[in-house]
Amino acid sequence: MREGIRPFVIVGLLVTLVLAGGVSYYASTAPDGLTRVAQDLGFMSSEQEHALGDSPLADYGTAGVGPAWLSGAIAGVTGVVVTFAIAGGLFLLVRRRTGGSGGAATAEGSGAPARDE
Amino acid sequence: MHVPDGFINATVSIGAGVVAAGGVAVCLRKARGEVDERLVPMAGLAAAFIFAVQMLNFPVGAGTSGHLMGGTLAALLVGPYVGALAVTVVLIVQALLFADGGLTALGVNVLNVGLITAFAGYGLFVLLVRLLPKNKAVVIVAGGVAAGVSVPLAALAFVAEYAIGATTSVPLATVAAAMGGVHLAIGVGEGLITAATLAAVLAARPDLVHGARHLRASTRRTSSPLTAEG
Repeated sequence: MREGIRPFVIVGLLVTLVLAGGVSYYASTAPDGLTRVAQDLGFMSSEQEHALGDSPLADYGTAGVGPAWLSGAIAGVTGVVVTFAIAGGLFLLVRRRTGGSGGAATAEGSGAPARDE
Repeated sequence: MHVPDGFINATVSIGAGVVAAGGVAVCLRKARGEVDERLVPMAGLAAAFIFAVQMLNFPVGAGTSGHLMGGTLAALLVGPYVGALAVTVVLIVQALLFADGGLTALGVNVLNVGLITAFAGYGLFVLLVRLLPKNKAVVIVAGGVAAGVSVPLAALAFVAEYAIGATTSVPLATVAAAMGGVHLAIGVGEGLITAATLAAVLAARPDLVHGARHLRASTRRTSSPLTAEG
Protein backbone atom coordinates (compact mmCIF):
# COMPACT_ATOMS: atom_id res chain seq x y z
CA MET A 1 0.00 0.00 0.00
CA ARG A 2 2.47 2.58 1.16
CA GLU A 3 5.61 0.84 0.07
CA GLY A 4 6.52 -2.41 -1.56
CA ILE A 5 6.58 -5.48 0.57
CA ARG A 6 9.65 -6.95 -1.10
CA PRO A 7 12.20 -5.63 1.44
CA PHE A 8 10.12 -6.95 4.31
CA VAL A 9 9.71 -10.36 2.70
CA ILE A 10 13.43 -10.64 1.92
CA VAL A 11 14.41 -9.78 5.50
CA GLY A 12 11.69 -12.10 6.79
CA LEU A 13 12.99 -14.96 4.66
CA LEU A 14 16.53 -14.38 5.90
CA VAL A 15 15.34 -14.51 9.50
CA THR A 16 13.36 -17.65 8.69
CA LEU A 17 16.38 -19.32 7.10
CA VAL A 18 18.52 -18.50 10.13
CA LEU A 19 15.88 -19.97 12.45
CA ALA A 20 15.45 -23.18 10.44
CA GLY A 21 19.08 -23.57 9.41
CA GLY A 22 20.89 -22.40 12.53
CA VAL A 23 18.79 -21.82 15.63
CA SER A 24 17.04 -25.16 15.18
CA TYR A 25 20.31 -26.87 16.16
CA TYR A 26 19.72 -25.61 19.69
CA ALA A 27 16.09 -26.74 19.89
CA SER A 28 15.05 -29.14 22.62
CA THR A 29 15.29 -32.77 21.60
CA ALA A 30 12.97 -33.96 24.37
CA PRO A 31 9.76 -35.67 23.20
CA ASP A 32 6.95 -33.23 22.46
CA GLY A 33 3.78 -33.02 24.50
CA LEU A 34 1.82 -35.69 22.64
CA THR A 35 4.76 -38.09 22.42
CA ARG A 36 5.43 -37.68 26.13
CA VAL A 37 1.79 -38.33 27.00
CA ALA A 38 1.74 -41.37 24.72
CA GLN A 39 4.89 -42.71 26.38
CA ASP A 40 3.65 -42.05 29.90
CA LEU A 41 0.22 -43.56 29.30
CA GLY A 42 1.51 -46.49 27.31
CA PHE A 43 0.03 -45.93 23.87
CA MET A 44 3.26 -44.98 22.12
CA SER A 45 3.56 -48.60 21.02
CA SER A 46 0.53 -48.15 18.76
CA GLU A 47 2.61 -45.84 16.55
CA GLN A 48 3.21 -47.33 13.15
CA GLU A 49 6.36 -46.84 11.15
CA HIS A 50 6.12 -43.77 8.91
CA ALA A 51 5.80 -44.90 5.31
CA LEU A 52 8.39 -42.30 4.29
CA GLY A 53 10.60 -42.85 7.33
CA ASP A 54 13.57 -43.71 5.12
CA SER A 55 13.33 -40.60 2.98
CA PRO A 56 16.48 -38.43 2.70
CA LEU A 57 15.22 -35.68 5.01
CA ALA A 58 13.29 -37.83 7.50
CA ASP A 59 13.21 -36.41 11.02
CA TYR A 60 14.81 -33.13 9.93
CA GLY A 61 18.18 -34.67 9.18
CA THR A 62 19.93 -35.11 5.86
CA ALA A 63 20.88 -38.66 4.91
CA GLY A 64 24.60 -39.13 4.42
CA VAL A 65 25.61 -35.83 6.02
CA GLY A 66 27.79 -36.41 9.05
CA PRO A 67 27.91 -33.29 11.22
CA ALA A 68 24.59 -32.89 13.04
CA TRP A 69 24.49 -29.13 12.60
CA LEU A 70 24.96 -29.41 8.83
CA SER A 71 22.53 -32.28 8.49
CA GLY A 72 19.87 -30.25 10.32
CA ALA A 73 20.73 -27.04 8.53
CA ILE A 74 20.30 -28.58 5.08
CA ALA A 75 16.97 -30.07 6.13
CA GLY A 76 15.77 -26.81 7.66
CA VAL A 77 16.79 -24.63 4.74
CA THR A 78 15.26 -27.09 2.28
CA GLY A 79 12.03 -27.06 4.25
CA VAL A 80 11.85 -23.27 4.24
CA VAL A 81 12.49 -23.04 0.52
CA VAL A 82 10.01 -25.80 -0.34
CA THR A 83 7.33 -24.41 1.97
CA PHE A 84 7.75 -20.88 0.61
CA ALA A 85 7.59 -22.17 -2.97
CA ILE A 86 4.52 -24.36 -2.47
CA ALA A 87 2.63 -21.84 -0.35
CA GLY A 88 3.58 -18.99 -2.68
CA GLY A 89 2.46 -21.01 -5.68
CA LEU A 90 -0.81 -21.90 -4.00
CA PHE A 91 -1.57 -18.32 -3.01
CA LEU A 92 -0.66 -17.16 -6.50
CA LEU A 93 -3.41 -19.46 -7.76
CA VAL A 94 -6.07 -18.37 -5.28
CA ARG A 95 -5.21 -14.68 -5.08
CA ARG A 96 -7.59 -11.90 -5.96
CA ARG A 97 -6.62 -10.38 -9.25
CA THR A 98 -6.67 -6.66 -8.81
CA GLY A 99 -5.94 -5.83 -12.43
CA GLY A 100 -3.40 -3.23 -11.38
CA SER A 101 -5.98 -0.91 -9.87
CA GLY A 102 -4.75 -1.65 -6.39
CA GLY A 103 -8.28 -1.51 -5.07
CA ALA A 104 -9.84 -4.17 -2.92
CA ALA A 105 -12.84 -4.56 -5.15
CA THR A 106 -14.28 -7.86 -4.06
CA ALA A 107 -15.23 -8.09 -0.45
CA GLU A 108 -14.69 -11.09 1.70
CA GLY A 109 -18.25 -12.08 0.91
CA SER A 110 -19.41 -15.58 0.25
CA GLY A 111 -20.77 -14.55 -3.12
CA ALA A 112 -17.35 -13.95 -4.60
CA PRO A 113 -16.98 -15.81 -7.88
CA ALA A 114 -14.71 -18.70 -7.09
CA ARG A 115 -15.90 -21.11 -9.70
CA ASP A 116 -13.31 -20.56 -12.35
CA GLU A 117 -10.33 -21.93 -10.53
CA MET B 1 1.53 -32.33 18.46
CA HIS B 2 1.86 -34.10 15.13
CA VAL B 3 -0.09 -37.32 15.40
CA PRO B 4 1.80 -40.30 13.94
CA ASP B 5 0.18 -43.17 12.09
CA GLY B 6 -1.45 -45.74 14.34
CA PHE B 7 -2.75 -43.67 17.26
CA ILE B 8 -6.17 -43.10 15.70
CA ASN B 9 -8.03 -45.80 13.81
CA ALA B 10 -8.74 -45.76 10.08
CA THR B 11 -12.40 -44.75 10.34
CA VAL B 12 -11.78 -41.67 12.43
CA SER B 13 -8.64 -40.80 10.45
CA ILE B 14 -10.69 -40.85 7.25
CA GLY B 15 -13.49 -38.91 8.92
CA ALA B 16 -11.04 -36.27 10.09
CA GLY B 17 -9.57 -36.24 6.59
CA VAL B 18 -12.98 -35.53 5.08
CA VAL B 19 -13.67 -32.74 7.57
CA ALA B 20 -10.19 -31.28 7.00
CA ALA B 21 -10.60 -31.45 3.22
CA GLY B 22 -13.93 -29.66 3.50
CA GLY B 23 -12.35 -26.99 5.66
CA VAL B 24 -9.45 -26.55 3.28
CA ALA B 25 -11.88 -26.28 0.35
CA VAL B 26 -13.73 -23.47 2.13
CA CYS B 27 -10.40 -21.76 2.85
CA LEU B 28 -9.40 -22.00 -0.81
CA ARG B 29 -12.64 -20.29 -1.83
CA LYS B 30 -12.40 -17.60 0.81
CA ALA B 31 -8.68 -16.96 0.51
CA ARG B 32 -9.09 -14.51 -2.34
CA GLY B 33 -10.87 -12.18 0.04
CA GLU B 34 -7.67 -11.96 2.04
CA VAL B 35 -4.82 -12.22 -0.43
CA ASP B 36 -4.28 -10.06 -3.48
CA GLU B 37 -1.28 -9.97 -5.81
CA ARG B 38 0.67 -7.77 -3.43
CA LEU B 39 0.25 -10.04 -0.43
CA VAL B 40 1.19 -13.35 -2.11
CA PRO B 41 4.86 -13.20 -1.00
CA MET B 42 3.80 -12.22 2.53
CA ALA B 43 1.49 -15.25 2.71
CA GLY B 44 4.30 -17.47 1.44
CA LEU B 45 6.62 -16.00 4.05
CA ALA B 46 4.06 -16.67 6.78
CA ALA B 47 4.01 -20.36 5.81
CA ALA B 48 7.82 -20.59 5.66
CA PHE B 49 8.14 -18.82 9.01
CA ILE B 50 5.67 -21.20 10.67
CA PHE B 51 7.66 -24.12 9.26
CA ALA B 52 10.90 -22.74 10.68
CA VAL B 53 9.52 -21.95 14.12
CA GLN B 54 7.86 -25.36 14.34
CA MET B 55 11.40 -26.77 14.30
CA LEU B 56 12.26 -24.83 17.45
CA ASN B 57 11.13 -27.11 20.25
CA PHE B 58 11.30 -25.43 23.63
CA PRO B 59 11.40 -27.30 26.94
CA VAL B 60 8.25 -27.49 29.04
CA GLY B 61 9.04 -29.16 32.32
CA ALA B 62 11.40 -32.08 32.66
CA GLY B 63 11.87 -34.29 29.66
CA THR B 64 9.13 -32.74 27.55
CA SER B 65 9.13 -30.15 24.80
CA GLY B 66 6.67 -28.29 22.68
CA HIS B 67 6.75 -26.13 19.61
CA LEU B 68 4.65 -23.49 17.95
CA MET B 69 1.55 -24.70 16.12
CA GLY B 70 1.18 -21.34 14.46
CA GLY B 71 -2.39 -21.30 13.19
CA THR B 72 -3.37 -18.27 15.23
CA LEU B 73 -0.17 -16.41 14.36
CA ALA B 74 -0.64 -17.10 10.66
CA ALA B 75 -4.29 -16.04 10.86
CA LEU B 76 -3.36 -12.76 12.53
CA LEU B 77 -0.66 -12.03 9.96
CA VAL B 78 -2.44 -12.94 6.73
CA GLY B 79 -6.06 -13.68 7.63
CA PRO B 80 -7.71 -16.83 8.96
CA TYR B 81 -8.40 -18.56 5.63
CA VAL B 82 -4.96 -17.90 4.17
CA GLY B 83 -3.40 -18.60 7.57
CA ALA B 84 -5.09 -21.98 7.85
CA LEU B 85 -3.90 -22.82 4.33
CA ALA B 86 -0.36 -21.74 5.22
CA VAL B 87 -0.24 -24.15 8.17
CA THR B 88 -1.82 -26.86 6.03
CA VAL B 89 1.01 -26.48 3.51
CA VAL B 90 3.51 -26.74 6.37
CA LEU B 91 1.88 -29.93 7.64
CA ILE B 92 1.87 -31.51 4.19
CA VAL B 93 5.54 -30.63 3.62
CA GLN B 94 6.42 -32.04 7.05
CA ALA B 95 4.57 -35.30 6.44
CA LEU B 96 5.89 -35.87 2.92
CA LEU B 97 9.43 -34.55 3.18
CA PHE B 98 10.37 -34.97 6.84
CA ALA B 99 8.28 -38.00 7.91
CA ASP B 100 6.84 -35.79 10.67
CA GLY B 101 3.16 -36.50 11.23
CA GLY B 102 1.62 -39.67 9.86
CA LEU B 103 0.36 -39.92 6.31
CA THR B 104 -2.92 -41.50 7.38
CA ALA B 105 -3.04 -38.94 10.22
CA LEU B 106 -2.66 -35.99 7.86
CA GLY B 107 -6.36 -35.15 8.09
CA VAL B 108 -6.22 -35.32 11.88
CA ASN B 109 -3.21 -33.03 11.94
CA VAL B 110 -4.60 -30.51 9.46
CA LEU B 111 -7.79 -30.38 11.50
CA ASN B 112 -6.12 -30.03 14.90
CA VAL B 113 -2.98 -28.04 14.20
CA GLY B 114 -4.10 -26.07 11.15
CA LEU B 115 -7.82 -25.37 11.10
CA ILE B 116 -8.62 -25.39 14.80
CA THR B 117 -5.71 -23.21 15.92
CA ALA B 118 -6.32 -20.77 13.05
CA PHE B 119 -10.06 -20.34 13.47
CA ALA B 120 -10.45 -20.80 17.22
CA GLY B 121 -7.52 -18.50 17.85
CA TYR B 122 -8.69 -15.91 15.35
CA GLY B 123 -12.24 -16.00 16.72
CA LEU B 124 -11.03 -15.46 20.25
CA PHE B 125 -8.75 -12.65 19.06
CA VAL B 126 -11.63 -10.86 17.33
CA LEU B 127 -13.72 -11.16 20.49
CA LEU B 128 -10.93 -9.73 22.63
CA VAL B 129 -10.11 -6.76 20.41
CA ARG B 130 -13.78 -5.84 20.23
CA LEU B 131 -13.95 -5.62 24.00
CA LEU B 132 -10.65 -3.80 24.48
CA PRO B 133 -9.21 -0.44 23.38
CA LYS B 134 -7.96 -0.12 19.83
CA ASN B 135 -4.20 -0.03 19.95
CA LYS B 136 -1.14 -2.07 19.05
CA ALA B 137 -0.53 -3.30 22.59
CA VAL B 138 -3.98 -4.85 22.69
CA VAL B 139 -3.39 -6.55 19.34
CA ILE B 140 -0.15 -8.04 20.66
CA VAL B 141 -1.56 -9.20 23.99
CA ALA B 142 -4.87 -10.43 22.58
CA GLY B 143 -2.99 -12.27 19.85
CA GLY B 144 -0.74 -13.95 22.37
CA VAL B 145 -3.63 -14.96 24.61
CA ALA B 146 -5.69 -16.27 21.70
CA ALA B 147 -2.74 -18.26 20.35
CA GLY B 148 -2.01 -19.65 23.79
CA VAL B 149 -5.59 -20.82 24.27
CA SER B 150 -5.66 -22.38 20.81
CA VAL B 151 -3.05 -24.97 21.83
CA PRO B 152 -5.04 -26.73 24.60
CA LEU B 153 -8.05 -26.52 22.27
CA ALA B 154 -6.10 -28.43 19.62
CA ALA B 155 -5.06 -30.91 22.30
CA LEU B 156 -8.72 -31.39 23.26
CA ALA B 157 -9.54 -32.03 19.61
CA PHE B 158 -7.02 -34.86 19.72
CA VAL B 159 -8.67 -36.15 22.89
CA ALA B 160 -12.03 -36.15 21.08
CA GLU B 161 -10.52 -38.10 18.19
CA TYR B 162 -8.95 -40.49 20.66
CA ALA B 163 -12.32 -40.88 22.37
CA ILE B 164 -14.02 -42.12 19.23
CA GLY B 165 -11.12 -43.66 17.35
CA ALA B 166 -8.46 -44.87 19.76
CA THR B 167 -6.50 -47.98 18.86
CA THR B 168 -5.59 -48.37 22.53
CA SER B 169 -7.72 -48.32 25.66
CA VAL B 170 -6.33 -45.75 28.05
CA PRO B 171 -9.10 -44.17 30.15
CA LEU B 172 -10.28 -41.02 28.44
CA ALA B 173 -10.11 -38.85 31.54
CA THR B 174 -6.46 -39.80 31.93
CA VAL B 175 -5.66 -38.87 28.34
CA ALA B 176 -7.62 -35.62 28.62
CA ALA B 177 -5.89 -34.57 31.83
CA ALA B 178 -2.42 -35.38 30.52
CA MET B 179 -2.96 -33.78 27.10
CA GLY B 180 -4.66 -30.72 28.55
CA GLY B 181 -2.03 -30.21 31.21
CA VAL B 182 1.05 -30.39 29.04
CA HIS B 183 -0.56 -28.31 26.30
CA LEU B 184 -1.51 -25.56 28.71
CA ALA B 185 2.23 -25.22 29.31
CA ILE B 186 3.05 -25.40 25.61
CA GLY B 187 0.32 -22.80 25.04
CA VAL B 188 2.29 -20.33 27.16
CA GLY B 189 5.19 -20.69 24.73
CA GLU B 190 2.83 -20.39 21.77
CA GLY B 191 1.43 -17.19 23.23
CA LEU B 192 4.84 -15.67 23.86
CA ILE B 193 6.18 -16.50 20.39
CA THR B 194 3.00 -15.20 18.77
CA ALA B 195 3.07 -11.96 20.76
CA ALA B 196 6.77 -11.41 20.04
CA THR B 197 6.29 -12.01 16.32
CA LEU B 198 3.27 -9.72 16.17
CA ALA B 199 5.21 -7.02 18.03
CA ALA B 200 8.10 -7.28 15.58
CA VAL B 201 5.93 -7.11 12.47
CA LEU B 202 3.78 -4.33 13.92
CA ALA B 203 6.92 -2.32 14.61
CA ALA B 204 8.28 -2.82 11.10
CA ARG B 205 5.21 -2.95 8.90
CA PRO B 206 1.89 -2.57 10.74
CA ASP B 207 0.10 -2.55 7.38
CA LEU B 208 1.09 -6.20 6.91
CA VAL B 209 -0.75 -7.44 9.99
CA HIS B 210 -4.24 -8.64 9.09
CA GLY B 211 -5.28 -8.57 12.75
CA ALA B 212 -4.41 -4.87 13.00
CA ARG B 213 -6.55 -3.67 10.12
CA HIS B 214 -9.05 -2.12 12.51
CA LEU B 215 -6.27 0.19 13.73
CA ARG B 216 -5.57 1.37 10.20
CA ALA B 217 -9.16 2.01 9.24
CA SER B 218 -9.54 4.76 11.82
CA THR B 219 -6.22 6.47 11.14
CA ARG B 220 -6.06 6.16 7.39
CA ARG B 221 -7.36 9.63 6.62
CA THR B 222 -5.21 11.50 9.07
CA SER B 223 -1.89 9.74 8.74
CA SER B 224 0.56 10.87 6.15
CA PRO B 225 1.21 8.37 3.39
CA LEU B 226 4.92 8.69 4.06
CA THR B 227 4.97 7.76 7.71
CA ALA B 228 3.92 4.40 8.98
CA GLU B 229 2.97 5.83 12.39
CA GLY B 230 4.70 4.29 15.34
